Amino acid sequence: MPRPSKRKAAPSAVVDLSATPAPKKSRTKQTNKADRLFDKYANKSIDSIDPAGIELLCSDLRVPHTDIKILMLAWTMRSEKQGYFSKDEWRRGLKCLGVDTLPKLKKAVIGLDKEVMKSGCFEDFYKFAFQYCLMEAKQRSVDIETICELLNIVLGPQFPTQVNLLMEYLKTQSDYRAINLDQWGSFYRFFREVRFSDLKSYDSSQAWPVVLDSFVDWLRERK
Amino acid sequence: MGKEIIELAQGWKQLQEVITKLKNILEGIPNEKPFTSEEYVKQYTKIYDMCTQPPPYEYAEELYDKYRETIQEYLNATVLPSLRARYDEFLLREFVRRWSNHKVMSQWLSRFFEYLDRYYTTKASVPKLKGVALTCFRDLVFNQASSRVTDTIISLIHKERDGEQIDQSLLKNAIHIYIEIGVYEEPFEVHMLDDASSYYRRKAASWIEVDSCPSYMLKAEESLKRERNRAGEAGYLHCGTLRKLEERVQQELLVTHAAQLLEKENSGCAVLLRADKVEDLSRMYRLYHGISEGLQLVANVFKKHVIGEGTTLVQHAEEACNSQAADKSSGQEQAIIVGKFIELHDRYMGYVKGCFMNNNVLHKALKEAFEVLCNKSVTGISSAELISTFCDNILKKGGGSEKLSDEVIDETLEKVVYLLVYHRDKDLFAEFYRKRLTRRLLYDRSANEHHEKNFLGKLKHQFGAHYTLKMEGMMTDLDIAKDTQRSFEEYLHENPLSKPGIDLSVSVLTTGFWPTYRSCSIKLPSEMVKCVEVFNGYYSSKTQHRKLSWVFSLGTCNIHGNFQKKTVELIVSTYQAATLLLFNNSERLSFLEIMTQLDLDREDLTRILHSLSCAKYKILSKEPNTKTISQNDMFEFNSRFTNPMRRIKIPLPPTDDRRKVVEDVDKERKYAIDAAIVRIMKSRKVLGHQQLVLECVEMLSRTFKPNPRVIKMRIENLINQDYLERDSDDSNKYRYLA
Repeated sequence: MPRPSKRKAAPSAVVDLSATPAPKKSRTKQTNKADRLFDKYANKSIDSIDPAGIELLCSDLRVPHTDIKILMLAWTMRSEKQGYFSKDEWRRGLKCLGVDTLPKLKKAVIGLDKEVMKSGCFEDFYKFAFQYCLMEAKQRSVDIETICELLNIVLGPQFPTQVNLLMEYLKTQSDYRAINLDQWGSFYRFFREVRFSDLKSYDSSQAWPVVLDSFVDWLRERK
Repeated sequence: MGKEIIELAQGWKQLQEVITKLKNILEGIPNEKPFTSEEYVKQYTKIYDMCTQPPPYEYAEELYDKYRETIQEYLNATVLPSLRARYDEFLLREFVRRWSNHKVMSQWLSRFFEYLDRYYTTKASVPKLKGVALTCFRDLVFNQASSRVTDTIISLIHKERDGEQIDQSLLKNAIHIYIEIGVYEEPFEVHMLDDASSYYRRKAASWIEVDSCPSYMLKAEESLKRERNRAGEAGYLHCGTLRKLEERVQQELLVTHAAQLLEKENSGCAVLLRADKVEDLSRMYRLYHGISEGLQLVANVFKKHVIGEGTTLVQHAEEACNSQAADKSSGQEQAIIVGKFIELHDRYMGYVKGCFMNNNVLHKALKEAFEVLCNKSVTGISSAELISTFCDNILKKGGGSEKLSDEVIDETLEKVVYLLVYHRDKDLFAEFYRKRLTRRLLYDRSANEHHEKNFLGKLKHQFGAHYTLKMEGMMTDLDIAKDTQRSFEEYLHENPLSKPGIDLSVSVLTTGFWPTYRSCSIKLPSEMVKCVEVFNGYYSSKTQHRKLSWVFSLGTCNIHGNFQKKTVELIVSTYQAATLLLFNNSERLSFLEIMTQLDLDREDLTRILHSLSCAKYKILSKEPNTKTISQNDMFEFNSRFTNPMRRIKIPLPPTDDRRKVVEDVDKERKYAIDAAIVRIMKSRKVLGHQQLVLECVEMLSRTFKPNPRVIKMRIENLINQDYLERDSDDSNKYRYLA
């Protein structure tokens, strides 16, 4: 009874990180299955899935590892270290997706991006994507090159032309060598709210970060 | 029942006779004698009886109607035809006559029929007799004849405007009728005003093309005066019309053509100002003062003119600079413009206070004009710097103060402060001023301490103690430094062993008050090194918790040059002295050798050597003997040098501190903006972006005008440092993080 309903409920349970625990027996069974799947990819010496393992996972899932879906998978796990999935994180993610076998995982991952958009959690994921890139303890900003790659992965599917323009600008300008979380957050809002065709709706006297003011100036000059 | 019943027809027939008599009297038929009181009583009684008879002989209502009919019939049969037959003034006269007749008639009839007024009209809720009479006249006579009468009146007024004599009392009477009937405002006044408007519209159109501004204004003033008389106490128009008439005339004469009038090429406001035509300007003020928004028109022209004059001064200054071969970069030439601005300000303030009666609108225009002028730069040098140069010239030795009296200096400094109020970047001025003050104080170039303190006092008074804090600190420092020097000398006296062998005087300055200088290292000659050590020792014995950083670039040195012919005392900077002393140990030195021995960088050394070998006094001879310093030059002590004076000063031109001043000010501004943002957010907790920017600009406006983009960058910086955060719901709002 829990299983079938869980399967049906799987899509909408994507974001339910506090999924109601199933009766103990089936949970242990599930966790075990998930653990076994974990062991398939994990590096025994560190007891985590390392980059090599992730690559293997990606090829099994038939998803390129630069695809947004993998990033989203990391998000469901609340993964802390880029390139590594710990056991807890793995468990968390799979529980969140409501899957425990490779075929199920594959199916869930394929539909993950649509799912995230539908459930309205994109913004949360978007923030996570940035924080995932922070390597050092006190690091607050991410270098331009990484930002550009990230933009491509995370917002490229939704806003291809805009992302390309922003990337071009970021690469050619010299005022900023890194972007912080606040600025990152504003990019998504910017793409959603401002039409690139006329840029008239953009008002630099509002609270847009200066980097976007400069970007719009640059765009206007190009026209 | 003793009385006879009077039948209506019969009674009325008798009354008719009386009425006919009345009409005759009115028509002026001779031999009609006026009514006696007996006759009056008789008629009154008859009517009384007819009204008080028992029904069906109670004739009150009928009599009321007959009363009205009588009047109407008379008006139609007699009055109207007589009016129709007449024109112009005769029409007016007849009109006046008929109205006064009508009043008499109404009065007599009302007396006869008075009983009706007492008992009938109220009971039957109908108008009183006099009211009926008035209504009849209005409806029958007036409405028929009014347009002709009105036209006649207006054309008479027209004639008077054109200079003809007219019968004013006739007009007054005629117009009075309008007032009595209650038809003055509509239709008469409206027509009259429209006519006045079109009259003056035509006049204005022709005057404006031909007349100069002063003569036009004279005509306008005269016209207004005449119109005011027309509606004044002695005039024939109702006094309530005065204001409306004024407005119409003002509109046509002064408002419609305001731009053309005030900006007339050879006689407009600008020309009058330039030619100091006080009377005409006062007239202009008088004329426009009474018009709402009128003065603003004058003020706009005034402001444009002042800005134009100021801009021309700037252009002349730039041309003068460019044409001369003079050194543009020092700003000396350009600083003259400050004095010119002061003159300009005095002159135009004079007009504002005089001809323009100290009016606020004009004050504001002057202020705005100067706010534009005072933020202009000349040949790229900011006005803040120019003013500081101007002050420096007054306050330094050999500058203004020796030639001018104390009062003049005081007055000039006062005016400089006024001018400063218009400047946007007051903090930039403060920084330039501080730099110049440093040079005056440390090189003993200040002419008069009293004037210095006086000026600081004025600045403090105008801009607050915070503004002059550092400068006052500088002056106090020097006072204290003198004491320190004295006790240092005592110390040396008591500890002769520690004497450095050279007379040494040190000024100890408090770091925060004085401008920061680029510290450049230099290897001092041993004699000087000893001086430094001795003083350090002395100072640490006096105070514990202070650290001394030596700024050799500001020091001066008196050094004896033992030349062949004679010994000349040279007053040089410490750096120059250090360079010269090297030649005590070597005959010839190359540029590179000197650079190594002194441990200076190339640019500094070039400047120093230039001042000693290529300038006015060639203490060192250079090989090759060119005007510029190059790396490969060789230097030798010029023993052949001589000078009639016993002591000469060899100046070392200062480095371009202009850029550094601007940098320093920009840095200070960033801190100031940060502080302002934090202070505002701390008290408001949550605030929208635009509001924050506005309040920030407001808070800092006393010192400088911050750039909104810079404010934005500082906000981002503060977000990054977790002082603020963006509100999660409204990205346009910020939240203070405690």
